[in-house]
Amino acid sequence: MALLSFERKYRVRGGTLIGGDLFDFWVGPFYVGFFGVVGLFFIITGTALVVYGAAIGPTWNIWRISIAPPDLSYGLALAPLKEGGLWQIITVCAIGSFVSWALREVEICRKLGIGYHVPFAFAFAIFAYVTLVVIRPLLLGAWGHGFPYGIFSHLDWVSNVGYQYLHFHYNPAHMIAVTFFFTTTLALSLHGGLILSAANPGRDRTDPSKQAEMKTPEYEDTFFRDTIGYSIGTLGIHRLGLVLALNAGFWSAVCIVISGPFWNQGWPQWWSWWLNLPFWS
Amino acid sequence: MNLWLPMAAGAGALLAVASFVGTDWDLPPVDTEQVGYRGTGMYKTRDREKEAALKAANVVPEAPWEADPEGDRAGDIYENVQVLGHLSDDQFNQFMAAITEWIAPEEGCVYCHNAENFATDDVYQKVVSRRMIQMTQAINEDWTPHVQQVGVTCYTCHRGQAIPANVWSRDTSPTPAPGMAGYRAGQNVVAKYGGNSALPQNALEDYLLEDKAIRVHSNTALPTGTNPAGTKETENTWSLMMHMSESLGANCTTCHNSRAFNDWDQSPPQRVSAWHGIRMSRALNNDYLVGLAPLFPDSRKGPAGDVYKVSCATCHNGVQKPLYGVSMLEDYVDALSRKTQTGVPDYSTYVPGETLTLEPAPDAGTTSSLVPAQGQAAGERNVAAVAGQ
Repeated sequence: MALLSFERKYRVRGGTLIGGDLFDFWVGPFYVGFFGVVGLFFIITGTALVVYGAAIGPTWNIWRISIAPPDLSYGLALAPLKEGGLWQIITVCAIGSFVSWALREVEICRKLGIGYHVPFAFAFAIFAYVTLVVIRPLLLGAWGHGFPYGIFSHLDWVSNVGYQYLHFHYNPAHMIAVTFFFTTTLALSLHGGLILSAANPGRDRTDPSKQAEMKTPEYEDTFFRDTIGYSIGTLGIHRLGLVLALNAGFWSAVCIVISGPFWNQGWPQWWSWWLNLPFWS
Repeated sequence: MNLWLPMAAGAGALLAVASFVGTDWDLPPVDTEQVGYRGTGMYKTRDREKEAALKAANVVPEAPWEADPEGDRAGDIYENVQVLGHLSDDQFNQFMAAITEWIAPEEGCVYCHNAENFATDDVYQKVVSRRMIQMTQAINEDWTPHVQQVGVTCYTCHRGQAIPANVWSRDTSPTPAPGMAGYRAGQNVVAKYGGNSALPQNALEDYLLEDKAIRVHSNTALPTGTNPAGTKETENTWSLMMHMSESLGANCTTCHNSRAFNDWDQSPPQRVSAWHGIRMSRALNNDYLVGLAPLFPDSRKGPAGDVYKVSCATCHNGVQKPLYGVSMLEDYVDALSRKTQTGVPDYSTYVPGETLTLEPAPDAGTTSSLVPAQGQAAGERNVAAVAGQ
């Protein structure tokens, strides 16, 4: 694969967390590193096990292949391979590969001398996954509370788990998470629209035969100051975007980890505190 | 000074604190029941402390004594015994002792009987009790698809109270605004019979009194224009389902796989019991409770003037199998397990304190128009097949 002329400048030795110089090299455009090797091992192992699970399962329909966790009766013990043990090993592989990927990102950050914002952000996604398949099952006392690995089956799981608590829209953390998800998309669309509008100003006002000059951030700021009285600024919008997106993932993890370990009734009943506020009760 | 920001932050913080301390959080460990295939998410998690409290509150009381079925019949010994005349003297007195403990342990016999003459019907509670005994007999004989062989007794609902804790009547609060602004389809207020949700507050009227269609599910992925049910009807159904879940301490997945709520093939068999239960509640309300309206004083009716009615919660009291499936019936099998006198008196002629004997109609009344005939459930796709498993 082609190596861009300036890329060589950034291919610096060192910055590894583990393994020293051993895997400190690139394959084509890809940095390898210790965690690249470990990650690759888990990715291949995990994927192969999924394929194996599909092979011993009832279908090759890509939508319906499902690797289900063990029965609750196995608790936190290991289950036989065909009765959920496969799910347990695949979960280990998934976490191993996700964490390796994050640490490989850390090594690249160290090489480049940049902040750890990207692996930090990715860590929230990993945290949400680990909450679903490790933290909540541990709190509930059985690996069977993890979600199945399948395109349709994991959606069915989400639906049923929501209905375990009668009406998930009443889950306060779910409300917060959904609000952050929507706000993230709102902020991204506003930002994307603004950048594209500044970069594509259309025809020049005075000479319509010419393309107008691209506009500067001062124009962008002025647009939002005119419309909503405030512009968060060019750097600020990215901070805001990160905060919104990470909160979306974080509160998603919260909304599911409180369902079961800390709340076992229908979520509408949680609002008794609101109904019992002294103002109207 | 610009104070709105600290004020808003302070209010938010106070509400957050209130939500933490003001509601009934659980702590692990919890117990989980697996309903469906592994990994389908068809589980019911239960908090151990709350479950222990429920277990303690749902213990079957012992019979006052073991009754001797031999001897003269109560109907021959006492006057005006209309539905329990077939019992032996000892059985009759044993049942009377039990029902006193079940319904009016503090007031005692005189809650229903005129202290000067137990045989007269001039205390309205006695007339109600008689009808309720007929109802209990009918449940145990006609509704075995729902109550199985466990059956019910007065205690299943009453639990030592004259009015069972979980009855319902038309919910009229808060009073809607006048005119068009007042139309909210029963929604967006606290539905106390709908799991404290904001779903329609009087859905029980539509399904446990009237016979509105509960089934709102489309059978195709995309709309075809043939399903008349919209969001409003769906939320009405949902309110009933919330009520059922809360009444049983269960959840949606107890009876449904949410990937296809409508599909009997994918539903746990409990859905069959629930299907019969809805019809049983509807039948009891229509055949037994509404008809008693002339007897009850206003203090024994709901705020809208309708009689208290039964719902799933009346028997279940937060437990999937009432009293954890322990049958009380064996101690009262002659009194309550089958129908005896089924005639219905004309309650509109009743005058409390004056009517000394309220005679039942000479011919046996139809105790229920809605009793499941043998095989009726076959009309429901696969219900019979599932029930047979």
